[in-house]
Amino acid sequence: MISVEQYLALSAVMFVIGVVGVLVRRNAIIVFMSIELMLNSVNLTLVAFSAYLGDVTGQMLVFFVMTVAAAEAAVGLAIIIALYRIRQTVNIDDINILKW
Amino acid sequence: MDLYAIIFYLFAVITLGSATIVVFSKNVVYSAFALLFALFGVAGLYVLLMADFLAITQLLVYVGGILVLVLFGVMLTTKVFDVQMKTKTIQMVPAVAILGLLSGTIVGVFWSTDWYISENPIDVAKTAPQIGNMLLTTYLLPFEIASVVLLVALIGAAMIARRERKG
Amino acid sequence: MDILIASTKIAVVLAAMLTSVVFLVLVERRMSAFIQNRIGPNRVGPYGLLQSVADVVKLLMKEDIVPAKANKPLHDLAPIISIAVAMTTFAVIPFGNAIELFGTTIKLQIADVNIGILYILAITSLGVYGLTLAGWSSNNKYSLLGGLRSSAQMISYELSMGLAIIGVILMAGTLRLDVIVEKQTEYLLGWLPAWNIFLQPVAFITFFIAAFAETNRLPFDLPEAEPELVGGFHTEYTGLKFGLFFLAEYMNMITASAIVVTLFLGGWHLPYADMLGLSGFALSILQVLTFCGKIVLVLLFFIAIRWTLPRFRYDQLMSLGWKVMLPLTLANALVTALILLAF
Repeated sequence: MISVEQYLALSAVMFVIGVVGVLVRRNAIIVFMSIELMLNSVNLTLVAFSAYLGDVTGQMLVFFVMTVAAAEAAVGLAIIIALYRIRQTVNIDDINILKW
Repeated sequence: MDLYAIIFYLFAVITLGSATIVVFSKNVVYSAFALLFALFGVAGLYVLLMADFLAITQLLVYVGGILVLVLFGVMLTTKVFDVQMKTKTIQMVPAVAILGLLSGTIVGVFWSTDWYISENPIDVAKTAPQIGNMLLTTYLLPFEIASVVLLVALIGAAMIARRERKG
Repeated sequence: MDILIASTKIAVVLAAMLTSVVFLVLVERRMSAFIQNRIGPNRVGPYGLLQSVADVVKLLMKEDIVPAKANKPLHDLAPIISIAVAMTTFAVIPFGNAIELFGTTIKLQIADVNIGILYILAITSLGVYGLTLAGWSSNNKYSLLGGLRSSAQMISYELSMGLAIIGVILMAGTLRLDVIVEKQTEYLLGWLPAWNIFLQPVAFITFFIAAFAETNRLPFDLPEAEPELVGGFHTEYTGLKFGLFFLAEYMNMITASAIVVTLFLGGWHLPYADMLGLSGFALSILQVLTFCGKIVLVLLFFIAIRWTLPRFRYDQLMSLGWKVMLPLTLANALVTALILLAF
């Protein structure tokens, strides 16, 4: 039988992979996907605790996280596309017009 | 090793492997695809954790919604043959420092905590009604706020992405 | 034993679907010929029955061409995704009541899932990947336009589809498809079968329209609109890979009809069948046949619509989806909930 620690370790590794993505990649879309990975790892933790504690509240919280993720996806990608239209790039190092 | 454990490790390998590809692939489209498989892996783990309703929601919201948006973004900002990606590693030192701190914290918490486990498992057939009840009773206010957040995000996204009309 | 039964069910359903696709293509061609006052294919085999077989052989023999600048792995993956999605959707649909065979009761449904309706919605939402990828990986502007159109169209109409189903779910009080069908076997006023088409007419119409859009059939076939986009998302596909897209389209049509029948037309329920005084086994067979018959009727309707209506313009498609269908389904869900609350 798989213990709760194994699920936690899995989601911790996934979270760290997401953090690495945000820190080292320069493409805005990949940074965005890494954030989704981090959100998913947190969701996995919530569901794992919900299963091992016999309480559905954890599962319900995941819904709120998904709502935020969906809102973030819509707004974030709108910003990325608007930026691409103006600057022809999605590299976040090139998007520095606010910095004079 | 029983079947449950084998399936768990299978999904774990799929999830982590695809997550690694998402982060380190040179091609954005491959990243988006790897993300698809990572999300699938997580949905599979939800099923193992007796959250079938959530697993389907994961497919509906993430795979059917968010990832399609991401693919839209990729398609509108890249071309097939234009895959050169600068992976400058200028921030290597701060990145390694932050990563070390984060991993250290996680590992420390992981080993120092005695994880509590309840004996009574949840009833799979009843998760959907239970979640529904909670959303409309105890958590009604967060639920309503979430709906407002979605509405605002929808309008905001349409405003930002829209092309300026001349004249 | 359970695995044996399950795999038998899968094999039977898949075989039935693949065979019916072959005949469906022929029926479509003959029916379109009839509507347009032509003769249609009648040379291969008696009455042209083997025409589709000849077509499949032709597709198999064709050279597989991949454009030089296409993304090869994704170009190969796209038709696989399409066909896989088309094949898995049928899994939760109950195609008959339980049947008694060699002393064991077998439920005529491949996977008995708690949340069957949501499963269908989730899997159909994956279908968009096959089309989008095909469009993008071909590296052709017509393909890309087709792919983008298909994803926008499918996302928009998925919403109306999901909201239309809410009325049905509210009536049945469950997400299980077998229970939804069982609820429809009752009678209203003592004589009218309690099918959801009578109880939820608005949901039925909107769901049906959304099903047309989801299967990319005319009048909603903008992803592959020939006069505008050459062939749309499958412009750069030949041979077997094109055949897979073709197969997926027709399988999706069959599945969509099966869902419509299950949710709104009473599934396997044949009204007044219990008055015939049949034995349990014969009744089960009759119910399966009823289910197939209803699907055939819906499919014929699908085909008749395709050859009578012109194609929508893209902005008309979008405004229909967002300005008409969505408010209508929302209002339907609200009214259903209020009525259920009042009584």
